[in-house]
Amino acid sequence: MRRLLYLLPALLLALLLVRFAEPLVRGDDPSRIASALVGKPVPAFALAGFDGAAGPNSERLKGQPTLINFFASWCTPCRAEHPTLMRLAASQKAAVIGVAYKDDPAATKKFLTELGNPFAQVGVDRAGSTGIEFGLSGVPETFVVDAKGMVRYRHVGPLTARDVADKILPLLAKMKSES
Amino acid sequence: MIAELGQYALALALVASIAQALLSLLGAHRVDARWMAAGARASVLQALSLGVAFGTLLWSHAIDDFSVRNVAENGHRLKPMIYKLAGAWGNHEGSMLLWILVLAIFGAAVALRGRQLPATLRARVVGVQGLIGIGFVLFVVVASNPLARLFPAPFEGNDLNPILQDPALAAHPPFLYLGYVGFSVAFSFAVAALLEGRVDPAWARWVRPWTLAAWCCLTLGIALGSWWAYYELGWGGWWFWDPVENASLMPWLSGTALLHSAVVVEKRDALKSWTVLLAILTFALSLVGTFLVRSGVLSSVHAFAVDPARGVFVLVLLALTVGGALTLYAWRAPQLKLGGLFRPISREGALVLNNLLLTTACATVFVGTLYPLFLDATQGRSVSVGPPFYLRSFTPLMVALLVAMAAGPLLAWKRGDLAAALQRLWLALLALLLVASLTWYVQGGGPWLALVGFGLGAWTIAGAATDLAERVRLFRVPLSSSGARFAQLPRNAIGAALAHAGLGIAVIGMTGSALWQSERVLTMRAGDKVEIAGYALTFDGVRKVPGPNYVAERGSFEVKHGNGDAVATLTPERRFYPSQRTTTTEAAIRTTGLADLYVVIGEADGDGTVVRVWHHPFVPWIWSGAVVMVAGGLLSLADRRLRVGAPRARTSDAVVAS
Repeated sequence: MRRLLYLLPALLLALLLVRFAEPLVRGDDPSRIASALVGKPVPAFALAGFDGAAGPNSERLKGQPTLINFFASWCTPCRAEHPTLMRLAASQKAAVIGVAYKDDPAATKKFLTELGNPFAQVGVDRAGSTGIEFGLSGVPETFVVDAKGMVRYRHVGPLTARDVADKILPLLAKMKSES
Repeated sequence: MIAELGQYALALALVASIAQALLSLLGAHRVDARWMAAGARASVLQALSLGVAFGTLLWSHAIDDFSVRNVAENGHRLKPMIYKLAGAWGNHEGSMLLWILVLAIFGAAVALRGRQLPATLRARVVGVQGLIGIGFVLFVVVASNPLARLFPAPFEGNDLNPILQDPALAAHPPFLYLGYVGFSVAFSFAVAALLEGRVDPAWARWVRPWTLAAWCCLTLGIALGSWWAYYELGWGGWWFWDPVENASLMPWLSGTALLHSAVVVEKRDALKSWTVLLAILTFALSLVGTFLVRSGVLSSVHAFAVDPARGVFVLVLLALTVGGALTLYAWRAPQLKLGGLFRPISREGALVLNNLLLTTACATVFVGTLYPLFLDATQGRSVSVGPPFYLRSFTPLMVALLVAMAAGPLLAWKRGDLAAALQRLWLALLALLLVASLTWYVQGGGPWLALVGFGLGAWTIAGAATDLAERVRLFRVPLSSSGARFAQLPRNAIGAALAHAGLGIAVIGMTGSALWQSERVLTMRAGDKVEIAGYALTFDGVRKVPGPNYVAERGSFEVKHGNGDAVATLTPERRFYPSQRTTTTEAAIRTTGLADLYVVIGEADGDGTVVRVWHHPFVPWIWSGAVVMVAGGLLSLADRRLRVGAPRARTSDAVVAS
């Protein structure tokens, strides 16, 4: 009996290792999902809305090209990319949806009142679980989803005017010509 | 050419580590002094050749040799020299090379410095260290070679991630690694003791200084990392319960437990198999730390060098090293002789309580970090565990630990008198009540956690002072006699009290900054004013300032006291690094030692500039507390007993490689 007790640490370790190894061997760790997400349907999500408005939902995305932007009020690069998002939303080339990642709704509200709200809808991802589904490495990140609900592009880090001109707008034009 | 020399040195190190492991372990088994001496020499060879390899990497970074892939990916010609050098370890491949270099140096240090150790024990420690070395040198050579060439070579490098170009962060990984890898020595000692089948006070006396040195480095490394997060990330936090941060906290918690349980082995010859287990687990957690940072199994805000193939390799290494050690433990530990007995209320009992609380806290962090992974497997749901979990689980454990910490050192070995110990703590209790009621008065009720935090901080500091005062019999014998007693005190007693007081200081800092900070966020134009915590800040506008490899927007704020006295000019910056098209924030911080005034500027838009101003009370205490803890550890390390160690035995020079 006492010997079993001494064996316990080794057994626990074996259990852990199996669990660690499983996703690695299958090759579906979070970073893989992220890079593999391009060309795949957008992960299913249904988020609570913000400030009384309806929240975004993966089902309702279909029918038009959409940009999903993960942001947070505590994230400084998000502030940096905000004017770019405002301009992009004003151009009406795509619906822009915001997901407030691990953020206090009150702080999100302050952020959006202060800098303007470019988003057609804002979802609250308080626990960051939708962020995990998308394989987020941090905020800000932006995903381009086409009218069929397929992820076409992932942008890590703040969007600059140049990123929009060089990558996002050409992609949106291409998606338009496809449909 | 230089990089190829490094490659050659790496290959040599691999061969040397194999020789080190085989010769030492077989030599110890056959009790053959010549084999053991050869193993010791191999360990020195391994350390030297890894030193050469790391030197060539540093050199390649210093001269901007962009034909080396690692330099091309992380270097830039315009970078200041210190960040060129820091670029050598500010990335995955380079940091792994540093890791194995430190590992080899520790192995060689045991071989060279451990002359008073029994010869077979020393050889086994060196051999186990060599075994770990084989795995990780192989990893570097095969899966993450920092000296690989790139063809064609680019004209300019990619630049080190600008957010990492910072003095604290240049020093953060080396210290963290010294800590992580330092625990490898405790691990090797544990495995060697299991092989020998003997754990005794002399063994503990050998393990303790290594653990203590590793612990000091780890403490400093964690403190530097959180300090960096505080002033560089630009949102005024210093700990985020991020998986990568937790990965460094777990070995710290179990390492702290190991330090204390080794005392019991040394003094009372008890808790032996537990201490051996802790030594194994502490290093295992250090490896898990490496694994978590490298593999991308958990998504983290840090997310640096994510590569599943490497993850598998590190996992196999983890399975072999820790799995091997734990299997050996299951086999040999039941045969260890049981040691001295003691009552629950005694110094040993207090140290057992300390171990229980620390390991439970460590397990809490472990569960919090890995729970998302398991939930994902069992229910197919993804969650991430946030600060509320830790606030509810980790904080009560720490509260209990702090309460017990003051009483522990006042108890006698074997059988203590709790009532007498508590009686002697009347001053600490008074400090607790005083500070708690002062807190209550200042904040007018408010969060009760502030009362607990500040009160316990004061309790811990006063408790540590009481411990020293009791030892020198302050005010019960004449002062001069107390002074003489103080000079006679063993350094490790003073060190322990100092480290305990340091924790108290840090706890006050954490409580104050977590519960009392105030924040203002607003859009300002030149000439606008903002008031916070009795300061008035006048904004003087933003100017563009060129830097070596960036362009900065520098805001300027005139800071005045409420009564109009000028205090300082604060100049926070936003730096744009063209080569990586990244913007970083440089907060401007004015500290009084009691509190920080913290200003960050955001993007300028039509209406002015977004400005965030924080007042962080007590936040500098967090890091000064950590520094005091490290000072306590170093003082303890300087204790004569640890330096001299067990009775000195003359050894022939033939056994010592040099």
